[in-house]
Amino acid sequence: MNKGKPPQREIAMDVQGSEPNPVIKLGPDIKAKIGQQLRLMYGEVVNQGVPDRFAEILRGLDDPTDEGSKNESS
Amino acid sequence: MSPHKNIRELMLAAVPSLRAFAISLCGNVDRADDLVQEALLRALANLSSFEPGTNMSAWLFTILRNLFRSEYRKRRREVEDVDGSYAEQLTSLPEQTGRLEMDEFREALKFLPPEQREALILIGASGFSYEETAQICECAVGTIKSRVNRARRRLAEILLIHHSSDLGPDRATRAVVNLSMSGSRRS
Repeated sequence: MNKGKPPQREIAMDVQGSEPNPVIKLGPDIKAKIGQQLRLMYGEVVNQGVPDRFAEILRGLDDPTDEGSKNESS
Repeated sequence: MSPHKNIRELMLAAVPSLRAFAISLCGNVDRADDLVQEALLRALANLSSFEPGTNMSAWLFTILRNLFRSEYRKRRREVEDVDGSYAEQLTSLPEQTGRLEMDEFREALKFLPPEQREALILIGASGFSYEETAQICECAVGTIKSRVNRARRRLAEILLIHHSSDLGPDRATRAVVNLSMSGSRRS
């Protein structure tokens, strides 16, 4: 029965975790700065597009049966 | 139009972001790409469990995250050891200052517990909603909010120790600096 509710522990931990520094609030400038750095870092990879090896894997989705049923009805 | 072709388009569109997420998890481009490949193959093998009309991106991220976590448990020590490998493999930023700043940011990210780091990235960079992120990480929305908050606070602590002047000495900044100084005084 107690096996049925493992999430409780995590929630309890989070409540605890947010307690120690209730005074500290992050200013919007710091949040914005962090967001900007995150997107910059992430965008560096996103801008590289889809490497060939992955396009190749997904090409397998156009299997022969699909080709057969593909009507130019557009 | 074949449904599979549509699915392929959706998957292709998700790949760049999926890859960026994988790199942020692994800290190593080669391993991240292997992880993406494994996730795509697993997704293809389980296409029947994808519900058309639902978020393809979130579905792929969930698969990749689960794969990473099972791998992570196997080789935790190795995964922790990612010094420099990321920066060495991705050096496309033109301006030196931007590069340095980002390297420093990336270093700071490593200090976050994995759960906080992934939540911050999914919300702050991948552009998922709190609900979607909770779905990907298989936990409550409130848990994600709390992880993101703690991640931001910790990052601010780490970065402001070195760069309080970059952000301007307003009251909020000083509060965080004071917090981080008192929190990190150990010797």
